[in-house]
Amino acid sequence: MIHEEVSTESRARRTLSGAARVLLALKLDGPLAIGLGIAAAYGLVVLYSASAESLSVLLRTGLRVVLGAIVMLALARVNPNVLRRISPWLYGLGVLLLLAVAAVGHVHLGAKRWLDIGPFHFQPSELMKLAVPMMCAWYLHERPLPPRWSDLALLGLIILVPVALVAKEPDLGTAMLIGAGGAIVVFLAGLRKRVIAVLLLLAVAGVWLGLRFMHGYQRERLVSFLNPQADPLGAGYHIIQSQIAIGSGGVFGKGWMAGSQAQLDFLPERTTDFIFSVIGEEFGLLGLAGLLLLYGFIVGRSLYLSMQGPDTFSRLLGGSVALTFFVYVFINAGMTTGLVPVVGVPLPLVSYGGSSVVTVLSGFGILMSLYSHRKLMG
Amino acid sequence: MPPVRIKDHWHEQRLFDRRVWLAGVLMALAGLGVLGRLYYLQIVRHDYYTQLSQANGVRTEPIAAARGLILDRNGEIIASNQPTFDLVLTPDEVPNLRGALARLVKLGLLQAEDVPDLIRTIKSHQSFDTVPIRLHLSDEEVARFAARRFEFPGIDISPRQARWYPFGPLAVDAVGYVGTISANDLKHIDQAAYAGTAVIGKTGVEAAYEKQLHGTNGYRQILVNALGRPVQRPGALGRELHVEPPTPGDDVILSLDLKVQRVAESLLNGHDGAVVALNPWNGDVIAMASSPSFDPNLFARGISEKEYRALLEDPRQPLFNRALRAELPSGSTIKPALALGALTDGVIDAHQEVLAGYAYHLPGSGHLYHNAMHEYCGPMTMRTAIIMSCDVYFYRLAHLMGIDRISAWLPNFDFGRPTDIDIPGELPGLVPSRTWKATRFRNPAQREWFPGDTVILGIGQGYFLTTPLQLAHYTAMLAARGLNFRPRLVTGIRNSRTGRIHWKRPVLQGNLTQISAASWTVIVKAMIGVTTKPRGTAYYQLRDSTYPIAGKTGTAQLVSEQAKGASNEESYKVKGTLEKLRDDAWFIAFAPADNPRIAVAVLDEHAGWGSTGAAPIARKVMDAYLLGPDGKLRPDPGRGPFSEPARLRARVLPGVSATLTPVQESARAKAPPMGPAVLATEPRKP
Repeated sequence: MIHEEVSTESRARRTLSGAARVLLALKLDGPLAIGLGIAAAYGLVVLYSASAESLSVLLRTGLRVVLGAIVMLALARVNPNVLRRISPWLYGLGVLLLLAVAAVGHVHLGAKRWLDIGPFHFQPSELMKLAVPMMCAWYLHERPLPPRWSDLALLGLIILVPVALVAKEPDLGTAMLIGAGGAIVVFLAGLRKRVIAVLLLLAVAGVWLGLRFMHGYQRERLVSFLNPQADPLGAGYHIIQSQIAIGSGGVFGKGWMAGSQAQLDFLPERTTDFIFSVIGEEFGLLGLAGLLLLYGFIVGRSLYLSMQGPDTFSRLLGGSVALTFFVYVFINAGMTTGLVPVVGVPLPLVSYGGSSVVTVLSGFGILMSLYSHRKLMG
Repeated sequence: MPPVRIKDHWHEQRLFDRRVWLAGVLMALAGLGVLGRLYYLQIVRHDYYTQLSQANGVRTEPIAAARGLILDRNGEIIASNQPTFDLVLTPDEVPNLRGALARLVKLGLLQAEDVPDLIRTIKSHQSFDTVPIRLHLSDEEVARFAARRFEFPGIDISPRQARWYPFGPLAVDAVGYVGTISANDLKHIDQAAYAGTAVIGKTGVEAAYEKQLHGTNGYRQILVNALGRPVQRPGALGRELHVEPPTPGDDVILSLDLKVQRVAESLLNGHDGAVVALNPWNGDVIAMASSPSFDPNLFARGISEKEYRALLEDPRQPLFNRALRAELPSGSTIKPALALGALTDGVIDAHQEVLAGYAYHLPGSGHLYHNAMHEYCGPMTMRTAIIMSCDVYFYRLAHLMGIDRISAWLPNFDFGRPTDIDIPGELPGLVPSRTWKATRFRNPAQREWFPGDTVILGIGQGYFLTTPLQLAHYTAMLAARGLNFRPRLVTGIRNSRTGRIHWKRPVLQGNLTQISAASWTVIVKAMIGVTTKPRGTAYYQLRDSTYPIAGKTGTAQLVSEQAKGASNEESYKVKGTLEKLRDDAWFIAFAPADNPRIAVAVLDEHAGWGSTGAAPIARKVMDAYLLGPDGKLRPDPGRGPFSEPARLRARVLPGVSATLTPVQESARAKAPPMGPAVLATEPRKP
């Protein structure tokens, strides 16, 4: 009996260590990969309901997740030094592509965001979500921290050029995320508190300026955020219906595929930007809290990994990937619940469409690469 | 040159860690913010948002209650509901609208000239609505379409319950009809209660008993999406949907006897006129007809503009309810009433013989008032004057009574005021008086009441106006020797859920106890004489009756100049001599004379003398009611399976004597147990 138990246990240990060896060979972090996998699976379940049981939506999203996973696996195997060295080139390519979009981009729904490459529509702004923090981390890698004023000025330029180009498309949400990605790098680099204060002031001024030069629909969204009832069937409609969906879900939700707001089309963009509300309606507070906990775990694990980073570039870039992910989640949750204005930010790993899944998983691929290669560079 | 800064890796690591912790705190705060917001939305405000979400996706659709039936006293259904089939179209599902409509025209289901209008109607609906494109298909049309249905995607046959009058125009003036709810109707109804109801009672019993007939609509909740389109397979969402079944309207039981009604209408067929028959002992309307008539189904299924205009513009005025609304001079039918008044007031002695010649000479005036045919009466008592309808006798009688007594007396028979029948629309007629004339005319010369005005009132001419219903009501009072029951069409309401019938009590609204038994004897005998004495004005029409009939003829002379204010005497003279052909024939009668069961008034417009035109109609109506198939008096003609219990106590209005005089008792007692025992002493059983 005793002998048997021992042998079972040791076999189990061997299996575990076998899985660990596989992960090691793949340069993946187990807990993070599992967290991401659960989030993606959860996303597919919700999407099936939100898309009115559309198998094609499910299939396409599944393919994107697989594609994202492959890219993540590939990036995880890339040596961080290579990543660092290509950062400026990637950034330069990104800016050129954004200029190309401005020149010959494909117009869809009033926005010029896409480049047609063969059969694909490609969004250079997605590339910039990674390229900007990489460029910032690259720039700060060699320099003593915290950065000086001159560094900040240059970093500001590095960030604002793509942000401005993307904002002009117009794609305010992505522009903000790109800006956030860069700013987070600067923040993590140890920005002094008085500088943060000055930047906050500048941000306020920027918002004021932005309001003056905003596109009509952007201003509408802001106004409707501040007062959704001003135009309940127009611009405020998204926010009102989203809050109705979430609020009517209650603690336990109405059940999978039983959310009337989502199933009866009252909730606009329910597979994309407002999928958070679908979860709130069908799975209730428990479903949302569970998802937020999962996201929290992913962010926490990512921050932990990035703190292990061997050099400045790894740490800054890893931290930026983690915190940008959080910003995604916060803005999406905030806009669907009415905490922040509606900006087109998808819920990472759950929302349908676009190259968002691939970009997010690529970021985590880089993060894992930075972590799993730490000994090589030590 | 600034000092060269070199990288301090340990310091930078610590700086980074501090920033990560700072970020962690900020994120925790932000996360708490989101959770707090979720707590607020999903727990604190949950009920509010649940309500909003319900209001979004659930639409309440009314279910119309089936309208109550209308039955006659024998349980024969005169107004019912019938499934009818409409052709409906869902624009969304029709690939080629014009093509489909063109093919329907080819099939003969649509009129080509209606198509442009139809297209406009269809375009004004939402694309997923079902739009009726043709109402009320015949069975044959349903079959024709059903055979080709596969060629018409998006077009279908939709059933609905429509009001249906199986006998068409039969009794339409009593039953009335339903029609589409108009803007004017909307002001009088609770619109919420009528959501889903297409029609409303417009006239007659349908209007008067709208509340009972309508019932209570139910509702069903259906799921709709954001576009308002019903969701076909609600699945998990459908569980909570509520259905409240409607309560059908109550059935209304009429006093009408459709057998008698049919006889009355067939006799009036081709004439302009009216027949009203009443039960003198409770006010039940046995028959009420007006001719020409119209088919109420036209209105029930939605009358077209063209059809409606045709009815309105018909010179014979089929929509005009003559029974309730034709205000005409009564002619000589008023004579018994005046005679009773003169006797009661002691103005005249019934048995005193008066020499009535060719004409009556109004004292103090040069004018002569002739008999209508310029015949010679001779020595007349009141009895003979009524029997041969001697105008001269009654010119004198009216003059002796004087206008003040007449205008005070006639309202005792509900002349000049509504009889209060239980359906809307009756007109009050007119009993003229000094004060009436003083206010009626603008010209001061015409405001004065002339003795001549009184004289012609004696033969029911002049300003006096009455309706067929009023005359029938008056005849019923003669039959019941002064008892005045409120005329009524509805005797009971059958509860649609319990099936129990609530019987309405007859209403005794007057009792002329001041008329002496002797006066009644004189008048009833005289009226029997009208049909039995060779000199009686209706002798040749009614002499072979197996039961005694008390009757009185009348000829209403249309004196249209009166209304224009021309001199009464002159216009009478003109009318009386030149336009006799346009005169309206009246006949009133009750039978059997000494124990009456039915009182009838007949108006036959433009028929000339009352005896030739109207009396035979009254006779056949009474025959239909009173006689069995063997041609003998039926023992109990008034009762059908839907007649109220015999001992239903009448409701007596305040100030009305509830005690029957001996003459009333004897008139009623000889009648078989037919109507309810009026004024029964025992209380009505609950």
